[in-house]
Amino acid sequence: MQDIHELTIICGIDKSGDMEDVESIRICPGEIVGIVGPTGSGKSTLISDIEQLSQGDTPSRRKILINGEAPGRDIRTDPRKKRIAQLSQNMHFLADMTVEEFLKMHAKSRNRNFDTVEKVIRIANTLTGESIHPEHQLTILSGGQSRALMAADIAVISDSPIVLIDEIENAGIKKQEALKLLACEGKIVLVVTHDPVLALMTKRRIVMRNGGVRQVITTSAGEMNVCSELVKIDNYMMSLRNTIRQGGLVEEAIIV
Amino acid sequence: MKLVVVAGTPGSGKTSVLMHTIRSLKQSGMSPAVVKIDCLWTDDDKRFNRLDVPVRIGLSRDMCPDHFAIYNTEEMLQWAREQDAGVLLNETAGLCLRCAPYPDGCLAVCVIDVTTGPNTPLKVGPLLTTADVVVATKGDIVSQAEREVFRERVNEANPNCRIIEANGLSGQGASELAEIIGEMPDVGQELSLRHNAPLAICTLCTGEMRLGKEHHMGVLRHIDGFTEYRGE
Repeated sequence: MQDIHELTIICGIDKSGDMEDVESIRICPGEIVGIVGPTGSGKSTLISDIEQLSQGDTPSRRKILINGEAPGRDIRTDPRKKRIAQLSQNMHFLADMTVEEFLKMHAKSRNRNFDTVEKVIRIANTLTGESIHPEHQLTILSGGQSRALMAADIAVISDSPIVLIDEIENAGIKKQEALKLLACEGKIVLVVTHDPVLALMTKRRIVMRNGGVRQVITTSAGEMNVCSELVKIDNYMMSLRNTIRQGGLVEEAIIV
Repeated sequence: MKLVVVAGTPGSGKTSVLMHTIRSLKQSGMSPAVVKIDCLWTDDDKRFNRLDVPVRIGLSRDMCPDHFAIYNTEEMLQWAREQDAGVLLNETAGLCLRCAPYPDGCLAVCVIDVTTGPNTPLKVGPLLTTADVVVATKGDIVSQAEREVFRERVNEANPNCRIIEANGLSGQGASELAEIIGEMPDVGQELSLRHNAPLAICTLCTGEMRLGKEHHMGVLRHIDGFTEYRGE
């Protein structure tokens, strides 16, 4: 299979039918790109355009190129040939199956061995509080457990050179660990986020408004400094959250 | 005249997918006409009318809606010819799933809702297994993994079909379906079904209301699997 050395977004139109402010965006392997903007500004739509490898056939009229070319129909539709993994905002499974049955079926659809199933569950359990078991029904999993399982599934079964992540901070799972798991070296990663830590961890960020791309900002040295300060605050928040979750008391304020 | 039969469960998004497909067909210079079959009531004609295409409604009333669609196919084709249409889109009511109202020579399209779960493709039967194109809708509501598992199940049930992931709200998938319709040949003269309708004709079909077994005649199947013919 052909290597992916470039993903190109040829921009289209916004919700009002006007041209987007950026003509095209090129992303190379190893780069994490953020997508930011108010709710309803079209962040998830941009992600799904990429997931479908749209060819001007969605309302945004965007075209997605791989290595500078429009991908063929097979690559667009057949999961066995698809090179894109997506963690969407969906927090629940609707399939009436056990965790094991589902993962086996998914492994089959992506041409992977069944031994990946056990690995997915093991990794998912490092991201979530209460353990997931192979014999659990998918539909009884909590939002956090489902999200953890989806993330681990993407890292192992859907393991692809292009990874799309939609609001990983919303699931109550360990967001920095989850991002590290999904955004391995050499991948093209796009992260939709409202979280300042995640947004500033990226190299560039796409700014959306009214369904269109407005600008692409490169993270500055000053912003990187802000980011490392934010990580400290964030870790402090996480430790407080953990203490409260475990039924502990937090009576002393620590200034970071 | 091309014939497209669109079948699928109620609420799966048949009409929405068709609306977007009609727009694509018109853009590529084709002239579609639509017949919507339903049982008792529909206002889908108003929706289709907005697209400025010939629309006709067929209400099956006391007759099984799929049998009604099959029985009236020639009349529908004749009507579409009178409208100078190049393609007849026949949307079925879609109820029991056991009938597959697809004649040979048509493009058989089965619309199926991904949120009904990956076991659904196994339950649907000839409606899905004899389709040329399976349109999976509402995929945006589930995860990518679940969409892929659903797709795998459709492939198991019908290895030869084309699968289109469609979204009735955004119109995703409609241009692909329109392209397939554009490439298909015209329908022939002597049409026959791809799969037989279920064995029927019992006293219930002719209006018997009482439940007791002694009141029924015809081809009858017991819950233990025993099938008999009772009557003269």
